[in-house]
Amino acid sequence: MTLLSVQDLTLKIRRTPILHGVSFEMQPGEVFGLVGESGSGKSMTALALMQLLPQGAVAGGQARLAGTDLLSLSERRMCALRGNEIGMIFQEPMTALNPMRPIGDQVAETLMIHGAATRRQALRVAREKLDRVGLTADRFPLSRFPHELSGGQRQRVCIAMAVALRPKLLIADEPTTALDVTTQAGILDLLKGLVAEEGMALMLITHDLAVVAGIADHVAVMEQGRIVEAGRTEALFRTRAHDYTRRLFAASSHQPTRRAQATGAPLLQVRAARCEYLLPRPSPFAAAPRLTAVKDVSFTLHAGESLGLVGESGCGKSTLTRAILGLDPLQGGEILLQGAPVGPLMPRAQRAGVQVVFQDPYGSFDPRHKVARLVAEPFHLTPAQKPEQRDRVAEALTAVGLLPEDADKYIHEFSGGQRQRIAIARALIIRPALIVLDEAVSALDVRVRAQILDLLADLQGRFGLSYLFISHDLSVVRAVTDRVLVMRAGEIVEEGATEAVFNAPGHAYTQELLAATPRIPKGWLATE
Amino acid sequence: MRLPLTLILGAALTAFFLGLALLSFVWTPYPVAAMDIAAKLTPPGPAHWLGTDTYGRDVLSQLMVGGRTSIAVALVAMGIGIAGGVPLGLWAAARRGSLVDEVIMRGNDLVFAFPSLVIAILITAILGPGAFNAILAIGIFNIPVFARVTRGGALSLWTLDYIRAAQVAGKGAARISAEHVLPNIANLLIVQGTIQFSLGILAEAGLSYVGLGAQPPIPSWGKMLADSQTMIYTAPLLAVFPGLAIVATVLGLNLIGDGLRDLLDPRLRRK
Amino acid sequence: MLRYLISRLISLALSLCLASMVIFAVLQVLPGDPASFMLGLNASPDTVAALREQLGLTGPVPIRYLHWILGMLHGDFGISYTYRTPVADLIAQRAQVSVPLTIYAMVLTVTIALPAGIIAASRRGRATDVTVMGVTQLGIAVPNFWFAMLLVLVFAVQLRWVSSGGFPGWSAGIWPNIKALTLPAIALALPQASILARVMRSSLIEALHQDYLRTARAKGLTQGQAIRRHAVRNALIPVLTILGLQFSFLLAGAIIIENVFYLPGLGRLIFQAITQRDLIVVQSVVMLLVAAVIVVNFLTDLAYAAVDPRLRSRV
Repeated sequence: MTLLSVQDLTLKIRRTPILHGVSFEMQPGEVFGLVGESGSGKSMTALALMQLLPQGAVAGGQARLAGTDLLSLSERRMCALRGNEIGMIFQEPMTALNPMRPIGDQVAETLMIHGAATRRQALRVAREKLDRVGLTADRFPLSRFPHELSGGQRQRVCIAMAVALRPKLLIADEPTTALDVTTQAGILDLLKGLVAEEGMALMLITHDLAVVAGIADHVAVMEQGRIVEAGRTEALFRTRAHDYTRRLFAASSHQPTRRAQATGAPLLQVRAARCEYLLPRPSPFAAAPRLTAVKDVSFTLHAGESLGLVGESGCGKSTLTRAILGLDPLQGGEILLQGAPVGPLMPRAQRAGVQVVFQDPYGSFDPRHKVARLVAEPFHLTPAQKPEQRDRVAEALTAVGLLPEDADKYIHEFSGGQRQRIAIARALIIRPALIVLDEAVSALDVRVRAQILDLLADLQGRFGLSYLFISHDLSVVRAVTDRVLVMRAGEIVEEGATEAVFNAPGHAYTQELLAATPRIPKGWLATE
Repeated sequence: MRLPLTLILGAALTAFFLGLALLSFVWTPYPVAAMDIAAKLTPPGPAHWLGTDTYGRDVLSQLMVGGRTSIAVALVAMGIGIAGGVPLGLWAAARRGSLVDEVIMRGNDLVFAFPSLVIAILITAILGPGAFNAILAIGIFNIPVFARVTRGGALSLWTLDYIRAAQVAGKGAARISAEHVLPNIANLLIVQGTIQFSLGILAEAGLSYVGLGAQPPIPSWGKMLADSQTMIYTAPLLAVFPGLAIVATVLGLNLIGDGLRDLLDPRLRRK
Repeated sequence: MLRYLISRLISLALSLCLASMVIFAVLQVLPGDPASFMLGLNASPDTVAALREQLGLTGPVPIRYLHWILGMLHGDFGISYTYRTPVADLIAQRAQVSVPLTIYAMVLTVTIALPAGIIAASRRGRATDVTVMGVTQLGIAVPNFWFAMLLVLVFAVQLRWVSSGGFPGWSAGIWPNIKALTLPAIALALPQASILARVMRSSLIEALHQDYLRTARAKGLTQGQAIRRHAVRNALIPVLTILGLQFSFLLAGAIIIENVFYLPGLGRLIFQAITQRDLIVVQSVVMLLVAAVIVVNFLTDLAYAAVDPRLRSRV
């Protein structure tokens, strides 16, 4: 018997259509993956099923859960159903829990709100459920508050909360996107285990094809409010019947063509670098404790090289990046760029040797300035006459695939991918010896990401650039770097040629990272 | 883009009273200090639109000139707050977490502990009362208000990547504050400015009411209310007109503030 | 928690210390010789010298400051020059009016503002919300002393329900005094309650957009349950901040309002002292008012810690 049958689901927010007739079915106990890029309507589909849509949204069509049409239920009956028959978890675990109430309370609330238990019973069940999701009583008593937990642990609390009443259907909306890869692996294992044990069906919404490949029985691919292709996971991965699916898959495993670079003299030398910062004083009389974010890091980047730096959040890579950009001083060791020391006080000419592209295409530009002024900002370091600046802005915009006329527009007129191109133009304009790419493609959808990676490879070939490519995403680093450094807890644990490290990781942590990275089984994507 | 209704309404109210105050420089129905004891306590009528007070002075003329005092005091006090508070807030945000930041913020807290009435009392105790005291007292109280708003807005900007990009382009904290931070918090400051302007009018009225503000013969709305209090049994309307003038002006400014917030809020604008 | 308390206590002591220095500097050092200032221009040198002796103005400035502070810590605020009685007694007597008035107004502010703000936020955009927003918009614009005059006009002059002012004194029993303080307290509370209601509303609306509220709804809570159980407590944090700041406005407002109702409180005392150049009284009352604001801010900090577990466990 079908658990969930969605027929011709439509959704409009005010006048704008968001979903155009989405239809799919889910069987009890199966894992259903809903895949698509941002804005494809996958989250809205889930919220429509939960009837938790934003204001002004109107849903049409049918969504039958065990025969009951969810869309026609009254709000009161829907409340009785949420948390009881359908549970849901969301993308951002850091903000998903009420910071003011202990976790035990929040899990128990699911039971109490449905009148399923007294407070004491509910707390007992909460304890069991927290144990089940891996938060044991000795380290995670019910009285813990959310801020005392990491992101992964908070997501586990959310899962405990969502499955406390053993719902028939669990909806997970990008449940691991905000998490590190090793944490992600743990959460995915937990979800798989729960599905098997409880006979619950799981609807997993994600942008990550590799995640779906490892867990889903059926997959549907969404594009612009429509399901363009659906089927059994392996079959769909192998055939890729729809054109959009093919493009999506091609982009996700895209390998930019890179010209072999002649690697030259050492460009950036990091020698025994140590970065510390002061934490808030525990009491007014105590000395402020120091946190050593980077301990004794050494490496060399050669001219023309593309060097990757991978590590999970909190490993110290951001702190190291700030030091390399000369924004913060070192507490030990030294960093040399083209032989001269790097630091907050370095002269402008020295600073002109390094530029940067950041992760967030929206926060990277002052919204009040035109593109011409934004791209020309680094001329502060190497002064140039206005006409020359204008010519070089036009040149840089052309180099990144935009038009010289774009210089007169404001930044809000551009898409995320275009903004990242502008950020690259800004880094490129004074022709620095080194460009630091700080998670530069992490916020982009796969197809845009593939284009930007191509552009970076192309520019490196044309201008002989050197890249320091910082990322948490191993597959991206693998695709675009010559050598890779693996960083953990402030130290470089492994270093070597990229292919060698990925094929035969030497350090246990690198092995763990690679094992945790979801991947599409070999053979599924073989081109016919 | 459509202008919010609150903004239009607020601007109309404020413009009306501002216009009356400005008009008083060139014309008032009667000379403002002219006493006509024979016509004292005249009810509103064709000769005196809003009536006369105990000394037979024309109430409308006094309201017009009194508005000048109230508005000028509040405006200058707002200027003091901006001139003092904004640079401090920018500085604190640029050096966030440092000793400078700590000292500025603690200093702010300290000034906050002195309500403007208390500052006015202190100043009056040694210098004697006057409009200048009111300006200084309200102005000093405005400084930490602007410093806090500026610092709060600037702090959230300093976490953004475009500030980091400017640092990578070799720009110093002062230059970044002027080029990237200040223009992007201008909205916030304009809205806060209208709020402090309206609070200044209320505070000035309070100070002149208790005799710590503008001194006779300079009329002010607060002073008119104080004078009317003894006549409240016989001529209650004398207490009504200056009060209404204060309420309408403050209401107008607050509506402008709300309207500007709606208009300038990027979260609302993006939709 | 203990560490937090200690650090707040130290900052409290530091603020009090700095504030007292500022007040001392303004009133005792800036005017030059306070004795001749108090006596006016025509005083003979002998009387000035005598007063200087009486006021203890003969030593160097730091000693005089310490003397003042230590005296206050013992409850010795000096002798009023005009009343010829200990300032501490004057203050104790007047505080019997001002303190209950401020607390009364504070209680009214909170009991009106919080429900109004919560109701407005939960019915956002509907008639109740529009009404609350309209009334509070007007309430913010009304000067409290003018509102007080209007109350007198209506309830004392027209309706004759209460007398237009005065204070019977606590020996006359509780009710007559509560009655005497009711109009002043309402006048004080209206503008502050308007501000607080608007803060409560916008803070709750902000909380309604948080992710954890969506989580609560996904568990099966109704919108009302989600607001009561999850949003309100989170929304209270900014409300506490404003409430702490409002205390100083209530206190300052009380000083002015006392004049409208002829209440013999600290406000009347200080205005008389200013006209009579009784610097000892001005200095003591100002110090007391400022100290009250600083202590309330300290209590606000403690209230944060009580409400917010993140603060409780930090450091």
